Amino acid sequence: MTATAGASEREQLAYIAAKAADSRVNVELETEGMTLNIGPQHPATHGTLRIIAKLDGEQVISADPVMGYMHRGYEKLTEVRTYPQVTTLINRIDWLGSFANEVPFILAAEKLMEVEAPPRAVWIRTILFEMSRIANNLLGLGDMAAQLGAVTPVFYAFRDREYVLNQVEAVTGGRFHPNFDRIGGLKDDIPAGWIASTKDSMVKMRAAADELETLVFGNEIFTTRTRGIGIIPADIALEYGMSGSNLRGSGVDWDLRRDSPSGLAYDQADWKVWTHPDGDSYARAWVRLQEMREGTYIVDQLLDSLPSGPVMAKVPRIIKVPEGEAWVETENPLGAMGYYIVSKGDLVPFRVKIRSASFNNIAIVPWVLKGVYVPDIISILASLYFILGDIDR
Amino acid sequence: MADTDTAEEAPATDSVPKDTAREELLGELQERLGDAIIASHIKPADELWVRVTTEGWAEIAHVLRHAMNFKYFDFVSAIDWMPSPFGREMDSEVDLAVAAAAGETETKEPEPMVQGYTGGDTRFQVFSRVLDVENLRGLIIKADVPESLEVPTWITSYPGAVWHEREVHEMYGISFAGNPDMRNLYLPGDFEGYPMRKDFPLLARRVKPWPGIVDVEGMPGSDDEPDESTSDGEAAE
Repeated sequence: MTATAGASEREQLAYIAAKAADSRVNVELETEGMTLNIGPQHPATHGTLRIIAKLDGEQVISADPVMGYMHRGYEKLTEVRTYPQVTTLINRIDWLGSFANEVPFILAAEKLMEVEAPPRAVWIRTILFEMSRIANNLLGLGDMAAQLGAVTPVFYAFRDREYVLNQVEAVTGGRFHPNFDRIGGLKDDIPAGWIASTKDSMVKMRAAADELETLVFGNEIFTTRTRGIGIIPADIALEYGMSGSNLRGSGVDWDLRRDSPSGLAYDQADWKVWTHPDGDSYARAWVRLQEMREGTYIVDQLLDSLPSGPVMAKVPRIIKVPEGEAWVETENPLGAMGYYIVSKGDLVPFRVKIRSASFNNIAIVPWVLKGVYVPDIISILASLYFILGDIDR
Repeated sequence: MADTDTAEEAPATDSVPKDTAREELLGELQERLGDAIIASHIKPADELWVRVTTEGWAEIAHVLRHAMNFKYFDFVSAIDWMPSPFGREMDSEVDLAVAAAAGETETKEPEPMVQGYTGGDTRFQVFSRVLDVENLRGLIIKADVPESLEVPTWITSYPGAVWHEREVHEMYGISFAGNPDMRNLYLPGDFEGYPMRKDFPLLARRVKPWPGIVDVEGMPGSDDEPDESTSDGEAAE
């Protein structure tokens, strides 16, 4: 109600009285600022992240993430590991999509050594890379639903993820930490019957994607709690270096798989980059779901066109990487992950800069949490989908 | 090595146009920034490196962000170019065996400090990468860090640089003038030293042999199991 020019004096007085009463109530209810400590142990985080949120009533005034609980100093440790040993470490950066972590490092080392992996190895790399994405995104979505109070999807996600992890295990021997990528190719070829069983699992993953879509995205509570919440405009997302589904959820049509397919076989498949113009929590989760489904199609196509031949190029037994600097960035499940390798022609890298996706994705937290309500903290964090190993390295 | 373009075996089809694109980008930068650009290095069909003066470090960010559509901020980090002062002192027997197999002599002199692509004059360098996601261009920018260990901040152009600069600060001791938040990001607040510097010893290396060289390391219980006494002795100094 507003006091308009045409209103009578009586109405105006009533209006002023009402406002005065309102302000008196507000003074009486004035709350002191409160500090809410979220974490370090919280089910909403994959790892240990602490967020110090200063609140005014239900609203966040400022949020300050505290990291470092899982800092393992990989950048320093790589300086005392030979190149083949580094993959063992970097597997553990984003532990839900671990094969994908190895690829950019190996590609960067191959670039310096001027070695090219044979086509079959490139294909299998790409297939395993996409399978990491499928497993990763599926769990992320199930987990997001769990954080918004839906218990069922996360169990479905854990169950269905096994179909992919079993296939990864059949090739590499490891569900979580394959350590399978080598400079010049792969450790082994795929086992007999793997192509057929992987195609079966991809059918199951598509079913899982459909199921999640109806179960989660069709859920009214989920939609209400994510639509219009935590909006990140495209320009802000770019300035903070967000990447992956989070960036494409803000409507930026940029995907390293399509735009810089260095050393991987993405240009050999017909697929689509999904974007969503809204930039809210819903958009980020939605893009993640579409990418998971798209990944199954990429895997199917690459399995059909899998070339024959060796999986390993000729490389010396003791790997010395020539002097130089190389930067390779790939579109990992969580976003763009890059390795900047400086070599001095030694057995070990001189310096490895690990640019991990979650670090940049979560740097926006102080910005995006400003002014949101407390329950939305969780939904926004879940939609950003970070893994602490990928932040802390 | 540095400043010599290595002949990349890039696919012949797109190496020529991509290379001209990088040269054009370099030309545009030189036009806009003039003397601030000291050196550059182009690897055809791969990457462009540009080294700017310390003063130009903030300027190039501003120009790239606001005048040239390089909206995407990738990372900021640093390099310590000093070769490790520890040499083989930190290595265990197993490591020396591997080095011998690779034809290296045990008494290798520490190499001179060489600053990689685009050269440089200082021990520390900051480097960064930004991208233009619409036109798919990117470049790596480097700058020398002067004795004062202070360079201008990037947060006025790219707010996402805050955490990267905090990380560089705690790991290398380089501070960023203009960044108000220089608290430690990963390390405890009272941590002493700068772990990513080359003269910060990784103590685990002194007491443990090189990790995971199974084909050199003896099986547990066998006689030729590597003896850790030498490395232990060094750790005690």
